[in-house]
Amino acid sequence: MSDSHASAVVSAGAHAGVQDQAHRELRHHFVDMQQQANTASLGMWLFLVTEVMFFGGMFCAYLIYRLMYFKDFAAASQSIAVGWGAANTAVLLVSSFTMAMAVRCAQLGKQKLLVIFLLFTMLFGATFLGVKAKEYYDKYEEHHVPGMNFSFDGKLLGHPEYVVNQRHAEMFFSIYFAMTGMHALHMIIGLGLMAYLIIASMRGKFDTGYYTPVENIGLYWHFVDVVWIYLFPLLYLISRTKG
Amino acid sequence: MSENEHHVVPVKLYMLIGGTLLFFTWVTYAVSKIDLGPLNTIVALCIATFKATLVVLIFMHVKYTSEKLTKAVIISAIFFLGLLLTLSLADFGTRNWL
Amino acid sequence: MATAVMPEQRTNFLNAEHGVKSWLLTTDHKRIALLYMVSVTFFFFIGGVYALLIRLELLTPAGDLVQADTYNRLFSGHGIVMVFFFLIPVVPAILGNFLVPIMIGAKDLAFPRINLLSWYLYIIAGIMVIHVLLTGGVDTGWTFYTPYSTTFASPKVVETGLAVFINGFSSIFTGLNFIVTIHRMRAPGMTWSRLPLFIWANYATSLIMVLGTPVIAITLVLLVLERVFHLGIFDPRLGGDPLLFQHLFWFYSHPAVYIMILPSMGVISELVSCFSRKRIFGFQFVALSSVAIAVLGFLVWAHHMFVAGMSVYAALIFSFLTFFIGVPSAIKVFNWTATMYRGSVTYETPMLYAFGFIGLFTIGGLTGLFLATLGIDIHVTDTYFVVAHFHYVMVGGVVMGYLGGLHFWWPKITGRMYPEGMGKLAALIGFIGFNLTFFPQFILGYVGMPRRYYQYPPEFQMLNVLSTAGATILGVGYLFPLVYLIWSLKYGEVASDNPWNAAGLEWKTTSPPPTFNFHEDPVVDFEAYNYDELKEIPVER
Repeated sequence: MSDSHASAVVSAGAHAGVQDQAHRELRHHFVDMQQQANTASLGMWLFLVTEVMFFGGMFCAYLIYRLMYFKDFAAASQSIAVGWGAANTAVLLVSSFTMAMAVRCAQLGKQKLLVIFLLFTMLFGATFLGVKAKEYYDKYEEHHVPGMNFSFDGKLLGHPEYVVNQRHAEMFFSIYFAMTGMHALHMIIGLGLMAYLIIASMRGKFDTGYYTPVENIGLYWHFVDVVWIYLFPLLYLISRTKG
Repeated sequence: MSENEHHVVPVKLYMLIGGTLLFFTWVTYAVSKIDLGPLNTIVALCIATFKATLVVLIFMHVKYTSEKLTKAVIISAIFFLGLLLTLSLADFGTRNWL
Repeated sequence: MATAVMPEQRTNFLNAEHGVKSWLLTTDHKRIALLYMVSVTFFFFIGGVYALLIRLELLTPAGDLVQADTYNRLFSGHGIVMVFFFLIPVVPAILGNFLVPIMIGAKDLAFPRINLLSWYLYIIAGIMVIHVLLTGGVDTGWTFYTPYSTTFASPKVVETGLAVFINGFSSIFTGLNFIVTIHRMRAPGMTWSRLPLFIWANYATSLIMVLGTPVIAITLVLLVLERVFHLGIFDPRLGGDPLLFQHLFWFYSHPAVYIMILPSMGVISELVSCFSRKRIFGFQFVALSSVAIAVLGFLVWAHHMFVAGMSVYAALIFSFLTFFIGVPSAIKVFNWTATMYRGSVTYETPMLYAFGFIGLFTIGGLTGLFLATLGIDIHVTDTYFVVAHFHYVMVGGVVMGYLGGLHFWWPKITGRMYPEGMGKLAALIGFIGFNLTFFPQFILGYVGMPRRYYQYPPEFQMLNVLSTAGATILGVGYLFPLVYLIWSLKYGEVASDNPWNAAGLEWKTTSPPPTFNFHEDPVVDFEAYNYDELKEIPVER
C-alpha cells in the first residue's frame, strides 16, 4: 500500500499550479497544495463513511420493523403523498447536477458561474425543504404524527377487510419522521455550507489552485442526495398496488 | 484526489447523467403502480442503487480518481453497513424457526 | 547521554508560547494531548470514586450503605464515566495524539483544528455528564437498555444520552484524523512496513472509531427522540422490540472494547521490543492482527445478548464468530513472548507494566472464551464472572498498557524522568491490588453472585471483602503515579533525547520536542525496531 503523495517532498512544476507550495491557502504542516487537497478529500470521504453508518442504524430499524409489520407499514406508506415525494426526488437530483456544475466551474476558475450554480443548488435545496414542510404539515393535519394525537384510519390497498394495527402504523411514522427529519437536518446544514461557499466565492477565495471546500462540500451534498435516493422507494413505495 | 484536481467532466456528460437520473426516478414511480409482488421492492431498490452509483461515480468523481483508497473507503462503508443489516436480520429473521 | 541543558531553557512545545489562551486555542497535537491527559485523568478519578463507593457497599451482604436506587446510580455512573470518558480516549487521545505525527515524521495531524474541536467536544460532554451526576445521575446502567431508559428511568437519561453522543463525535474526529494522517503524511521512506506497531494499532483503532461510533450515536439520538418527542422506535407499546436497541447499541459497544485495547496492545509492542532490545517477532503478523481484530470485532456483538431473547440460531452464529477473535489476540501474545525469548530483557517500570499486561490480558481474554460458550454463558451471564472478565482486560489490559506507555514516553513528553524506584513500586502495588480485587470476582460469579446487585448472600462476604481490600490497594497503586509524575515535572531528573536508546522517530528529536516536532525534516531509511543497530539502555537517562 504505497502512498505516492506521502513521499513527495517537492513537486514544483509537476502539477498544474506551479505556485502549489507558495499558495496563500497552504497550511504549515503540509508539504504542498496537492498533499493538502488529497488530505482534505480523504477526510471528507471518511466523514461520509460515518454518515453512512449513522443513517445505517435507522435503515436497520426500518428493515426490521418492515419485515415484522409489513402490511401495516404498507398501509401507512400508502397514506403519504407519493407525488410530492417523487417531485422532491427530482428536485434533489437536479440540485446534485447544479452542485456538480458548480465544482466544475471552480475547477475552471469561473467565479461568476460558480456563484450562480451554488445559488441554484441552494434554491433547489430550499425547495426540497419547503415541500417537506408541506408534507409534514399534511401529516400533522391527518393526525399521523406520533405522540400528537396519533390516529390512523387508512386502509390497505386491495385489502379492505384488513384492520391496520394502529400502533404499528405509528411505528412506521416514527421511523418516517426520524429518517426524513434527520435527512432534512442534513439538508439544512448543507444550505448553511452553500451559503458559506457563496460568500467565500464572492470574496475570491477560490481559484484553479484551490477549490477544495467547493469539492468537498459537493461530496457532502451528493451524499445527502444518495440517502434520499434510497429513502424515497423505502418510505413511499412499500406497496402502491392492490397486491 | 489527485486526478480530480485536473479532470474536468464535460458538461454534456453531467447533463446526460442528470437526465438519466430523472428518467429513472420516473421509471421507479411508474413501475410502483404495476403489481409485481415482491419484485416491486427489488426493482425499486435496484433502480435506486443504479442511480446512487451514477451519482457516486460521475457527480462525486469516483470514476475519475486514480486513488484506490477512495474506492476502498466506499466499499468498506457498504460492507460494514451490510454487516449491521444482515447480522441483525440473522436474529430477527430466525426468531420463529423451531 | 545526559544533557546539562534544562528542558525549560530550550524552546520546545511546552515553553514556545505562554498563557492560558495559547493552551486553550492551541492546534499543536502535543498540547492537545496534554489537555486530554489532564481531563481524562480527572474523569478516571471520578470513575474511581464511584468504584470505591460500590466496593464499600459490597463489604457487607446487606444493602446498608446506600439504597438500592442509589446503588444503581453508582454502577451506572462508574460505567458511563469509565467507558466513555476514560477507556475510549485514554490511549488514543493522549499517547496517540502526542505520538502519531512524530512517529510517522509529520509536523502535526492532518486536521489540527478538528483535533482541538475533538477535545472541546469531550469537555462539553464531560461537563454535561458531571451535571447529570451531581443532580442525581441515571440508574439505567451504562447500557441504557430500553424500554426502561425510554419510559420510567429518570429524565436525566436524555442529557446523558446527548453527552455520550457529543463525546462520540470527539472520538470519531480523532479516528478520522489518525486515518488521514497515517495515509497522507508519512515522511519520505516511511513505508507501511516500517511503521511502528503503535501506529498500526492506532490505525486499526481509528477504523473502529469511524465505522462503529456513528451507530451508537444514532441509537442515542433515537432514544432521546423517543423520550422527548415520543417517536416510539423502541416502544413496546408500538410493537417496538427492545432487542433492536440492544443490537444497535452493541454493534458499537462491542467493537468499542477493541478501541480500548488495541492502542494499549500497540504500546506493549513498543515496550516489549525496547526492553528486550529486539525487533518484534513476526512484525507483519502483529501489524495485521490489529487490523484483523478491528474487522472481526464487528462480527460478534450479539454475544452480549445470548439470554436476552434472541433467536437461538443467531446466538449460535455469534458464539461461533466470537471464538475467532481470540486468534489474533493470541498471535500478539505469542509474538511478544517470542520477542522476549533470547532478547536482553530488563525490568524497568514500563516493562513491568508490559509483563502485567501480558499476563492479565491473557487471563481476561481466555475467560472471554468461557463467555463465548453458550452453555457456560447461560450460567455466568450477568454475574461477577463477566465483571471480572472485562476488568481483567480493561484494567489489567488497557490501564496497564497506558501506564506503561505513560512512563515510557514521559521523558519524551516532559523532558523529565520519573523516579524509577517509585515507578517499580507503584507497578507492583497496582498489580497486587488488581488481582486481589478482581480474581475473587471470578469465583463469586461462578458461584452465582449477580452483578448490579447491592446485596448478596452472607456466604459471599469473604470474597467481597477481599475484593474491596484489593480495590483500596489498587487505588493506592494509581494515586502513587499521579503524585510522583507531577512531582517529576519539577524535580525529576532531566531526560536526554533518547533515555532508553529506543528505536523510532520520536526518539530522534529532542525531549520535549519542538513545536513542529523535528528540527530537520526526517527521512526514513531504516527499518522499524532496528535494535541491532542501537546500543544498550543507558544508565544515565
